Amino acid sequence: MSAAAVLAEPMTMTEDGSEAKMESGAAVVAAFVEQRDGSVRATAHEVVGAAAELARDLGGEVHALAVGGPGLGAECGQLGARGAGVIRVAEGAELAQYQAESYAHIVAGMVAGGGYQAVLFPASALGADLAPRVAALLDVPLASDATGLEVVDGGLVVTRPVYGGKAFARVAFDASPAVVSLRPHVFPPGTRAAAGRVEVFTPAGGAPAGGRAVDFRAASGGSVDVAEAEIVVSGGRGLRGPENWGVIEDVRDALGPAAALGASRAVVDAGWRPHGEQVGQTGKTIAPKLYFALAISGAIQHLAGMRTARTIVAVNKDADAPIFNVADYGIVGDVFEVAPVLAAEIRRLKSAGG
Amino acid sequence: MNVTVCIRRVPDTETRIRVGEDGVSIDTSGVKYIVSPYDEFAVEAGLRVTEGLGAGQVTVVTVGDAGATESLKNSLAMGVHRALLLEGEVTMDGLATAKALAAELAEADAPLILLGVKAADDDQQQVGPMLATLLGRPCATAVTRLEVRDGHVRCHREVEGGTELVDLPLPCVVTITKGTYEPRYATLKGIMAARRKPLERRPAELPAARLRVLGLQPPAPRPPGRIVGEGVEAVPELVRLLREEAGAL
Repeated sequence: MSAAAVLAEPMTMTEDGSEAKMESGAAVVAAFVEQRDGSVRATAHEVVGAAAELARDLGGEVHALAVGGPGLGAECGQLGARGAGVIRVAEGAELAQYQAESYAHIVAGMVAGGGYQAVLFPASALGADLAPRVAALLDVPLASDATGLEVVDGGLVVTRPVYGGKAFARVAFDASPAVVSLRPHVFPPGTRAAAGRVEVFTPAGGAPAGGRAVDFRAASGGSVDVAEAEIVVSGGRGLRGPENWGVIEDVRDALGPAAALGASRAVVDAGWRPHGEQVGQTGKTIAPKLYFALAISGAIQHLAGMRTARTIVAVNKDADAPIFNVADYGIVGDVFEVAPVLAAEIRRLKSAGG
Repeated sequence: MNVTVCIRRVPDTETRIRVGEDGVSIDTSGVKYIVSPYDEFAVEAGLRVTEGLGAGQVTVVTVGDAGATESLKNSLAMGVHRALLLEGEVTMDGLATAKALAAELAEADAPLILLGVKAADDDQQQVGPMLATLLGRPCATAVTRLEVRDGHVRCHREVEGGTELVDLPLPCVVTITKGTYEPRYATLKGIMAARRKPLERRPAELPAARLRVLGLQPPAPRPPGRIVGEGVEAVPELVRLLREEAGAL
C-alpha cells in the first residue's frame, strides 16, 4: 500500500475540524504540539515560537496542531502567547497516550487540508518517531534536527547538523509543505503573542493497526533525558569506574531537576553507563544551555555531539586535553577533588537566593 | 522466519570530516568507510533472531554505489546469508531511499525488516519509519532489544526517562539502537564463506531527491574559552562566571 493510497482514504473530520480549515485563509506554518500526560511540553513553546518567526517572514499565521486525550484543548490555550493564531486539537479518550500510527494519520490529515507551507516538529524522541511517518503519508521529504531556519526567495532553507555535528548542511525543499524537526533548546520559546483560538474536534478513526505499548520502565538515573535537558553533566573515563559515578550524580543533583546525566562513548562502551546517556556521534547530539564535561578528554565524535551547547565547562587533569578547545570555562584539576567542591559551591549559590 | 536488514555505508565515525571543493559534499580523499554503527547493531539483531528461532535467513540490502558492496561483504562475513545491492545514488532525502527499499521489499518474503535507528552520515533518522509507512506496516523506533514471539515482536524502546515495551504484530519494521546487539567480529572462516554467498545487484527504483543541499560548512568555531584556574581553588571563580558572565546558573 502506498502513502498516496493511505491518504486517498477519507480522512474525515468532524464539523469543527472542517470549519477550522475553511476559516484559515492566511495560515502558512503548522507547529506540532508535543504533550505528555495531558501537559504541553516545553518543546511545543519552542516549535510554536520558531513557527511564528517563520510565519512573520512568509506573511501568515501559525496553526498549532495537537493530539491527545479529553481536556487537552484547555491546556493548549497557553500557546497563543507563544505565537499560535489557531490551535487545532484532536481529542479522543484513546489518544491520551502517544500511539505512532494513529497520531501520524491524524496529524497528516490535519496538514493535508490546511494549505501549509511548512510543518514543524520537535526533534525529541516522540518527534523523531512521528515526523518521518507524517512526511511519508504526505509524500514530502523531511529535514531532521534543524538548528536554523531561514526564508530565502520565499522558500524555506534549513540548517542541520550532519556527520554527528562535524559539519552543517543548508538544505532546500523541492516539495511542499516542507516538513522539519527542530533540535530542542536551539530555538527560543515564542514571545510573539497571537489570537490563540482553540478549536477542538474528534478525529475519525481508521489508522492501520500499530504497535501496542505494554509497559514502561523508568530509568534509574532520573527522569530527565540527556537529549532534552537544559543542563547536562557528563562523565568520562577519568572517573576510573562505574562505582565512582556518585561524584557526577552529586553535581547533577546540586543543579536541580533540569539537569541530566551524560556519558562519553568510552564509558558506555565499557558498560559503565547505559547507552541512553551517551553524548556524541553514535549517541545523542545535544544543545543544552549548560554542559559539564567532567574527566572527558574530548574525542572528535564527542566534541561533535555537544559543541552546540550554549555554555561548556570542562574539568580535566590534562591541560592539553582537546575538550579545552571547545570549553568556555575550564579547570585543570582532578575530578575527584574538583567535582565535590563544585557541587557544594553550586548548592551554596542556590540556597543563597536561587 | 526470514529477516531483512537495510544497511548504509558511511564514513568511519572516527574520521575527520572536511568539506569538498564543490562546497556541498565532503572531501572523500583518505576517508575510510564502515557499515553505519547502528546498522551493524541491526545486522547482529537479525542474526540473533534467526539463530534463536533456529530457522530463517538474514538478507542485507543497501542502496548505494559499487563501493557499497564492501559493506555487504562485511555483513556476509558476519554470518548473513545473502546480500542485495540496489544501485543508485543515496541522498539526504530519506523518503526517496525508503521508496527504493519499499519497491524492493513490498512483495518480498520479508516479515521482519530491521534498520539502524539512523545513518551516521546524514543523521536524518527517518528511513525506517518512512519505509514502514510506505509498506503500511507498524514500526517501532530506537529499539535496544527485541524478542520474536507468537506472531508479534516485543520491542524495548529507548525513550525519554526510561524504556517502553511495545508489541508489534508481524509483518513489521524495527529500527535498532545501541544497547544489546554489540556486533560480532567476522571470523576468517566467515570471511572465506562470504565469498560463496549470493550477492545480487540491480538498479534501484530511486526517485529524484527533493531535498537539495545548498552548502556544507564546518561547525562554527566557538569563541575562545579560558582556563579559569587549577584545582579546587578555581571553583568559586568558575561558579561566579557561570552566574554573572554566562548567565547559566
